[in-house]
Amino acid sequence: MSDIKIKDNAEQMINSTSDLHHADPHQGAEHHGAPKGYKRWLFSTNHKDIGSLYLWFSLTMFFIGGAMAMIIRAELFQPGLQLVEPNFFNQMTTSHGLIMVFGAVMPAFVGLANWMLPLMIGAPDMALPRMNNWSFWILPFAFSLLLLSLFTEGGGPNFGWTFYPPLSTKYSPDSTAMFVFSVHLMGISSIMGAINVIVTILNMRAPGMTMMKMPMFVWTWLITAFLLIAVMPVLAGAVTMILTDKYFGTSFFDAAGGGDPVLFQHIFWFFGHPEVYIMILPSFGIISAIIPTFARKQLFGYHSMVYATASIAILSFTVWAHHMFTVGLPLAAELFFMYCTMLISVPTGVKIFNWVSTLWRGSITFEVPMLFSLAFIVLFTIGGFSGLMLAITPADFQYHDTYFVVAHFHYVLVTGAVFSIMAAAYYWLPKWTGYMFNERLGKWHFWCSLISVNILFFPMHFLGLAGMPRRIPDYALQFADINKIVSIGGFMFGLSQLLFVAVVIMAVRGGQKAPAKPWEGAEGLEWTVPSPAPYHTFDTPPEVK
Amino acid sequence: MTAPKIKKHLRLLIFSAVGMFGFGFALVPLYDVFCDITGLNGKDYSRESSVPMTTVDESRTVKVEFVTYLNKQLPWQFKPEINSIELHPGERYQVSFMAVNQSDQDTFGRAVPSISPGYGAQYLVKTECFCFQEQMLAANEEATMPLIFYIDPNIPADISTLTLAYTLFKNEPNADLAMNQKK
Repeated sequence: MSDIKIKDNAEQMINSTSDLHHADPHQGAEHHGAPKGYKRWLFSTNHKDIGSLYLWFSLTMFFIGGAMAMIIRAELFQPGLQLVEPNFFNQMTTSHGLIMVFGAVMPAFVGLANWMLPLMIGAPDMALPRMNNWSFWILPFAFSLLLLSLFTEGGGPNFGWTFYPPLSTKYSPDSTAMFVFSVHLMGISSIMGAINVIVTILNMRAPGMTMMKMPMFVWTWLITAFLLIAVMPVLAGAVTMILTDKYFGTSFFDAAGGGDPVLFQHIFWFFGHPEVYIMILPSFGIISAIIPTFARKQLFGYHSMVYATASIAILSFTVWAHHMFTVGLPLAAELFFMYCTMLISVPTGVKIFNWVSTLWRGSITFEVPMLFSLAFIVLFTIGGFSGLMLAITPADFQYHDTYFVVAHFHYVLVTGAVFSIMAAAYYWLPKWTGYMFNERLGKWHFWCSLISVNILFFPMHFLGLAGMPRRIPDYALQFADINKIVSIGGFMFGLSQLLFVAVVIMAVRGGQKAPAKPWEGAEGLEWTVPSPAPYHTFDTPPEVK
Repeated sequence: MTAPKIKKHLRLLIFSAVGMFGFGFALVPLYDVFCDITGLNGKDYSRESSVPMTTVDESRTVKVEFVTYLNKQLPWQFKPEINSIELHPGERYQVSFMAVNQSDQDTFGRAVPSISPGYGAQYLVKTECFCFQEQMLAANEEATMPLIFYIDPNIPADISTLTLAYTLFKNEPNADLAMNQKK
């Protein structure tokens, strides 16, 4: 049956392209394949349209999750309880985490994959366009469900994004079922997205595009997609067990019924650790595309980059218990997970050194995408080092559940994943919109973000080392000064992101026309098509030498 | 494009995703099996084993401490008759725990044992324990609950103290049956 569907799609694609001439989608929508109005978006099977949908969705979620962070930082601006109830504060920390991970970072990467993978490998579209449509349109429902749960009686999820039982079973609000089903929907969406990416990369490459000629972004996404298929179903299983424990009287995690709450942590982090690499591997691909462009040199050590990515992915399955050093693991397990965790810094180090070697003696210019990429390398490495500190089991007994951990994962996720997404947006914006963005405003955005993000997250290290626990609405008086600085940094960072929206909207509406290849040193098939990329590209596959 | 290959890959990947969903649930029994084989986790695996002891190692003593916790929902009092005892490995000992139901309703309870340090758990062998069964106390009833155990003489020399902690949970009358079937 699916065979027929695929043929149908292929026929549709051929029909729609042979009937109509290639044209610019902005004026072209009327004369051309793209249907008008809401139907263009609701029924779209075009990888570029779906990519744009993903990216706009992710930007929206970034601001919703960001607004929650602003509430958190406002409450923590001074000691004592000022603005919100502790229960609402807990809902904010939980929803902020869930929305940023599943609503902002992951859809942004899927959006970039949708837009760029077919252009990078010379394919006319994704391999499974209808599934592509479906996997996007599940997301608004998933997040509506999650956000609506905040307005139910008793409130939304308040047990932290890691939803450890019994907080998420015995002591959770009545809306927990809504949380569980929204996570199910997010999981289904990511799995379908990942299947699409793998099938596309394995089957739709242009003739001559061998695996080892694929751009790094394609490689990192291929490996990420395999990770997604391996772990998202495990997350779905974990939330299902929470659901049946809470509502149907099972005892997977309930000691009174013969279960074990620590088992939950094992299952969750078996998903959770590969998940954090899902959120960083595509970043590595983006940085590996941008650094060579603006250093005007080939990427140093392409093969080692591919192997390092694969090693990180494989090792990610052997380190999960470093999140649970303090649950009372036996010594042997603590040592095993400590050494495996430290081992991951080797392939990661290979990548950092390769980027630095690419920069070495390059003719470097500092356009906005390059600025974000350079900041990524430095700040992600800081996050990596604090990760190494946390990996040391005895030290982790002090750092566990403190702001040091918060500082660590915000360095790798905000100045890592989010900065790379910003870099990617600036890098490919001319290709998407056909116009150059406002370079001046982009640079303002970069410098404001860079300064404020460090005011925001760097002092958190000190708070953590001094013993301030995470996920609390109030704190001891000695933490007051640093929290004030952190909150000011937070508000600055939040406001700076409005500049990004301004740059993007201005670039969509007009500006200086962008050539097919707006960056002098750029390489790759995506720069061989005009800017903006026509609605249909590579109907006849390009030749790759 | 290569439609049959796409179809094949699609089927394989959907199959893997469904398989990994199953694997998530398989982790539940695998976790117990893994802890059972390696003796990790401080779980009490001596349950219901009653191998008779012959030798008593008089050369050393091990201190056994008794700790009790009550789950909030259970309106009982629950205490050991002594807080700790020094024993020779191999020596059989009986200790009683007193339980009082302080409510006006019949209540069911179940004691879940935990032994620390975890790697010492397998050397504390219970031959009779109230924790093997569900306990029922009528309204305001008092009961003495016996525990008979010995310490395996193979216990490593570096363990000088074992702490046996019982947490008493409220049980629904039929939950025990369901649990036994699950095991």
